[in-house]
Amino acid sequence: MSTVLRSDSKTAPATPPGHSIKAKQSLGSRVRRLNIPGGLGGWIWLAIIIVPIYYIVITSLKTSEGYFGQNPLALPAAPTLENYKLVLEANFTTYFMNSVIVTLGSVIPTVLISFMAAFAIVRGRGRYLKFVNGMFLMGLAIPLQATIIPIYLMIIRLNLYDSLLAIMLPSVAFAIPLTVLILSNFIRDVPNELFESMRLDGCSDWQTMWRLALPLTRPAIVTVAIYNGLHVWNGFLLPLVLTQSPGLRVLPLGLWTFQGEFSVNIPAVLASVVLSTLPILVIYVLGRRQLVSGLTAGFSK
Amino acid sequence: MSSTTTHRAAAAPRKIEQTGQQKSALAWLTVPALIFFVVFALAPLVGVLVLSFANWDGIGAIGAAGLENWSSVLSDPGLYNALGLTFLIMIVSWLVQTPISLLLGVFTAGTQRYRAALAVLYFLPLLLSSAAVAIAYKALLDPNFGLAMGLGLPFLAQDWLGVPQLALGLVIFVIAWQFVPFHTLIYQGGVRQIPKSLYEAAQIDGAGIIKQFFHITLPQLKYTIITSSTLMVVGSLTYFDLIFVLTGGGPGNSTRILALDMYLRGFRANLMGPASVIAVILVVIGLVLALFLQRLGGKDKQGSQLEGL
Repeated sequence: MSTVLRSDSKTAPATPPGHSIKAKQSLGSRVRRLNIPGGLGGWIWLAIIIVPIYYIVITSLKTSEGYFGQNPLALPAAPTLENYKLVLEANFTTYFMNSVIVTLGSVIPTVLISFMAAFAIVRGRGRYLKFVNGMFLMGLAIPLQATIIPIYLMIIRLNLYDSLLAIMLPSVAFAIPLTVLILSNFIRDVPNELFESMRLDGCSDWQTMWRLALPLTRPAIVTVAIYNGLHVWNGFLLPLVLTQSPGLRVLPLGLWTFQGEFSVNIPAVLASVVLSTLPILVIYVLGRRQLVSGLTAGFSK
Repeated sequence: MSSTTTHRAAAAPRKIEQTGQQKSALAWLTVPALIFFVVFALAPLVGVLVLSFANWDGIGAIGAAGLENWSSVLSDPGLYNALGLTFLIMIVSWLVQTPISLLLGVFTAGTQRYRAALAVLYFLPLLLSSAAVAIAYKALLDPNFGLAMGLGLPFLAQDWLGVPQLALGLVIFVIAWQFVPFHTLIYQGGVRQIPKSLYEAAQIDGAGIIKQFFHITLPQLKYTIITSSTLMVVGSLTYFDLIFVLTGGGPGNSTRILALDMYLRGFRANLMGPASVIAVILVVIGLVLALFLQRLGGKDKQGSQLEGL
């Protein structure tokens, strides 16, 4: 019995809502009619987005003569990687490593504990779990900025001021509400029969969580990991307030200091902007489909 | 939430009843997340209220201040300047970003390949940190070596960061540049969930594209608009990084929004008490706005809309 149930329903999660081929085909025929005004607006917005990015990239490849002498939007006459070399020699790698540590150190615990909480909220019941869920939902409306002063005080009292851990702890806390929300929405979509059959097979809740819910929720986990990673990687306020030593600067803070140090060397400043974005760009290219479809499902249900 | 999910959620409790004992054992799984959340998000919320009645310079001992901070902040014209700017940026940002992202969302919901490619490029600004965006825009705005000369548009070569009105407009533009792509994505998802049959019926009735947009797309997107607006409006309270790096609140105090005002009072002027007062005001505004916007969605929908966040 249990095997029948399992093989029957295993196909269900393979086609998440909103992704069926049928829906896509039907949309095409409809939206094609909106083409002209939409297309025009779409391309104009593309220009607004791309021109600044193009400027950043080409300027970072220019020598100072090129920067001062050429048309600003012209391709560099003599492209150079000198600016990148300069930036890499100026502590960039330290900032980079700090960002990697802070990002991984925040995202991994966030996803792990949020997944456990989301599983309990969906699969368990009772007043306590309802209350916890309600509290996390309320947490979505708390602005991080507004709590920074008590967090600063707490971090000092915990003797964690000026450490990377100081950035990670609040980062995890503020990522939990949204992560739990998105993961619980996905776990809710797992057919109940699958859980039932796991239970009939004698699996404990703990085993069910890791062996059934986790693999089936993997798309959502990738989504929240990238989304949270992006946030922590780009975070500015927590590092600004909670660290001090140059050796503990993360990238956004490092960029800010580069801007001061290289104020006359704009190509070098822009090279540091490009370098700081490259890792996230690579991850975006690799996980784009996942991220976009996951976010779409998570935000517009 | 999709209808299938609702059915399942409604059907679930009956089945679980048999295993009630086992289920309550799950509660402990929430404990690690709960501890983090309570200690580093909820307790600071209480802490900021307490600190608003305290005297603290950020380093030394903390003393009681009574109502002193509140009366000094509330009688400070700087607060009203920051409040006004915060609301101005919030409202203008909403007016600018919502139509653009709505139309782009409808546009990118199509399935032609080039639209998919455009949607990939639209996402790029979201990958840059606010610090990077602010730094890049400073270079872009250079009157001699920036965009204005490159595009051959000399009227763009202004002292953007030196004139209050221009700086404010610039801040609103850069915020839109960075966040319109995100809201486009939300609308794209919303549009894709509108049943096709509605449009077919409208076509049979002879409704044109514009009529279809106003009579089907727009009403069907009601909850998407509310979700996006909530994120946009509550998010606008937190544009700290971008403005801090781009203008530092200047020129004068012309872009000193509440969050920045709080930072400058607390961590620059070492007046943590008054800064906490600002923080409390920030929290209250955020919660009131979030609740108000949820109400727009109707009382019954409140729960599911919050989930939609």
